[in-house]
Amino acid sequence: MIRAGAWLALLLLVAAPLVIVLGMGFGTSAPGVPPVIPPIGRAGWQGSLEAWALLFADTYYLDAALRSLRLAAITAGLCLVLGFGMALGIASAAPRWQAPLLALVLLPFWSGFVLRLAAWVGLLRDGGWVNSVLLQAGLISEPLPLLYSEGAMLLGMVHGYLPFAVLPLTATLARRDLRLEEAAADLGAGRWTVFLTITLPLAAPAAGAAFLLVFIPAAGEVVIPEVLGAPDSVLFGRAIWGEFFQTRDWPAAAVLSTALLALLLVPIALYQRLSVAR
Amino acid sequence: MTLLALEGLVKRFASTTALDALSLQIGAGEFFALLGGSGSGKSTLLRVIAGFEAPDSGRVRLQGRDITRLPPQARDLAMMFQSYALFPHMSVRENIAYGLRRAGERDPGPRVAELVVLLGLEGLEERRPQQLSGGQQQRVALARALARRPPLVLLDEPLGALDSGLRERTGLELRALQRRLGASFVMVTHDQAEALSLADRVAVLEGGRIAQVAAPRELYERPATRAVARFLGAANVLEAGRFHLRAETTAPAYALRPERIQLAPGLPEANGTRATVTEIAFRGGDVLLLAQAEGQVLRLVLPAGLALPEPGAEVFLAWDAAALAPLSA
Repeated sequence: MIRAGAWLALLLLVAAPLVIVLGMGFGTSAPGVPPVIPPIGRAGWQGSLEAWALLFADTYYLDAALRSLRLAAITAGLCLVLGFGMALGIASAAPRWQAPLLALVLLPFWSGFVLRLAAWVGLLRDGGWVNSVLLQAGLISEPLPLLYSEGAMLLGMVHGYLPFAVLPLTATLARRDLRLEEAAADLGAGRWTVFLTITLPLAAPAAGAAFLLVFIPAAGEVVIPEVLGAPDSVLFGRAIWGEFFQTRDWPAAAVLSTALLALLLVPIALYQRLSVAR
Repeated sequence: MTLLALEGLVKRFASTTALDALSLQIGAGEFFALLGGSGSGKSTLLRVIAGFEAPDSGRVRLQGRDITRLPPQARDLAMMFQSYALFPHMSVRENIAYGLRRAGERDPGPRVAELVVLLGLEGLEERRPQQLSGGQQQRVALARALARRPPLVLLDEPLGALDSGLRERTGLELRALQRRLGASFVMVTHDQAEALSLADRVAVLEGGRIAQVAAPRELYERPATRAVARFLGAANVLEAGRFHLRAETTAPAYALRPERIQLAPGLPEANGTRATVTEIAFRGGDVLLLAQAEGQVLRLVLPAGLALPEPGAEVFLAWDAAALAPLSA
């Protein structure tokens, strides 16, 4: 019964949308609701490969994809480094402090996503808090262009995705075998050596999983770059959004979505393997 | 010559006192056992010596040097952990070489090869710890601890994780190895037979204090207190007020080994009692007999082949004055 339900859910919520998006990529764009003619109609095959040709027409989408992957990799890397430190701190804290500390990590999740981004805008814009304080302190003479930059975008990305890295790492580090670290110290290893030779290698699968858990959703992120990032460099998620809602070219949008999914299949498969290894 | 000196060690956790002004000296080349039940403080003591716990007060001296405040990595000793704590992401070879590398050894190969031969680990060098049997893991852990030739080796229940069949042999091998290397071994155990059979001297710990330190034979024959006598197992504790005793020295109570009690034809004037047999168990080489006397169960070990009474029978028991070991507390 539960099994059947699971299969039904998978079919309706995963397989069906996938098939629809994949099929839509072979359709043709036309005015109407929805603005697309399906590839298979009453007369049989009526689709085209036009939208797929668009993908390779020039390097516009390739550049967007590379930009997205780069952003995702940098975000995931920063989240991993910051998250590992935080997770190690939480896992090493006294048991009664672990739950409150984890709650603090999750606290941003309980406020609205858009609200958090608006807060960053309020902090970083020319008349925002950061610039005001710096101006008041006499450290700068005119506002720094903080908002709508790569830096602001990364800040927002790391802030938004950090818990995805902290949670799995904390779970792994909290149940690590401390006697291994004691044994290493007993054999003459200092704190840093213990970390490099014991703690880190044993947490490597979890670290890989945490990296991918951030990387995968970050590669398709639309909102954060849109609100905080520079307007000139189009990311892949933004390109998909544009085709759907601005040019209303649904076949092109469907092809781009399919391409993104294909691009992420490798990291997703890798994540699955690492999760099992843990 | 004293290798390790513990002076007035105190360690308290939240509400319990794990070590209560404990002092002890362990000689160079000695095989020393810390024997005690759970909560006796024996494991805490080992962790204080290794440097994983800092004592609230007192000193730890190794080869005359005060090491109380030194971190574990700076102490010239090695510990073998209870469940070995082998590094699961390293081969047997890398596990054994770990300490050598930390000491700045560029080529740990020759020493590792030596240890592999010493502990009979040939052919297992590239295996991961998970791929080894319990006995093999135990030997890798020992090899890893011995790699840097520490003058002091701490062993936390070294035989505890082994099958009973392997325990006796491994214990004897452990002692042979210690004799050969000349290092001091300090072993924590809760098993009195293990402590008595392997160690040169045994300290019985109770409530964070040392109840008695003695050679195994002396400990067995002359336990100092009721607690030691009970912990060493099997000994009967006779209260002076309850039995008619005539001992060589006056004491509030005496330990009486079960094999020192005999069946007597009649009730002796002293050093004997009337008793009712409750259990008889044939054990191959001897017979264990439990008898109720003066509201207490006495244990007897009688040679096999003796004519035995039936359970429920009334018997007379007798012992020599010399068999009564006085207990101070």
